[in-house]
Amino acid sequence: MECDPRRLTALIPSRTDPTDVPFVPPTLRLSLEQFRGIVAHCYDGLPNEACGVLAGPVEGAGEPTGDVTTIFPCTNTDASARTYTVDSRDLLRAMRDAESRGEELIGVWHSHTHTDAYPSDTDVRQAMEPNWIYAIVSLKQAEPILRAYRIRDGQTTEVDIDVADLA
Amino acid sequence: MAVEVKLPALLRGHADGASSVSADGATIGEVFADLTARHPGLAANLVGDDGNLHKFVNVYRNDDDIRYLEALDTKVADGDVISILPAVAGG
Repeated sequence: MECDPRRLTALIPSRTDPTDVPFVPPTLRLSLEQFRGIVAHCYDGLPNEACGVLAGPVEGAGEPTGDVTTIFPCTNTDASARTYTVDSRDLLRAMRDAESRGEELIGVWHSHTHTDAYPSDTDVRQAMEPNWIYAIVSLKQAEPILRAYRIRDGQTTEVDIDVADLA
Repeated sequence: MAVEVKLPALLRGHADGASSVSADGATIGEVFADLTARHPGLAANLVGDDGNLHKFVNVYRNDDDIRYLEALDTKVADGDVISILPAVAGG
């Protein structure tokens, strides 16, 4: 997908509620190319939800710095417009690749084809990794919307997103 | 048989923070029994109440998903790498 970078700022709204956060999450930092790759994979997956995982460096306690070094588009084995499951073989491959560079998987993205970029009840219930960043691309509107979250113990906190080279 | 077991981040807290631990056994089930004897907190995350592999984890013996082998009865050999992966899913 080719987007004019000047138009993309509107696609990544600032956090809706920066106050009252139960924990301080990192900022998700993507290159413009990574951002485009994430969104393109979501369009490629239509009419179904698409998913992929993010790799990057982590600090001592396993906390991601928020920098993303590699995006791994994955197969949604549910092949569904309502749910996704990352193919475990894709996950294993991505995990090994990240580990070979001394990094870890730090998050996952998936698309919402007809709803907002906010975690569904299913997303919250099935969020397993407390340190991961859960990014959601909404394809509900003509323009894609990307938002990201931490999900811990059923609590959702929005994470800031910074796309490099995005004026 | 001594194998290496790689743990996902969410389980490391039950294994003193280690991302990889060694364990013994002739099958995946025995390896898990050895592992959970030393790290009891892992037990509920690996095997469900029905005695089968928990549905929220995927387990690979080297490059193979054990669900398509013999599940917990899958045999292991010295030096095998057992990877435990979270089920990454949502709606």
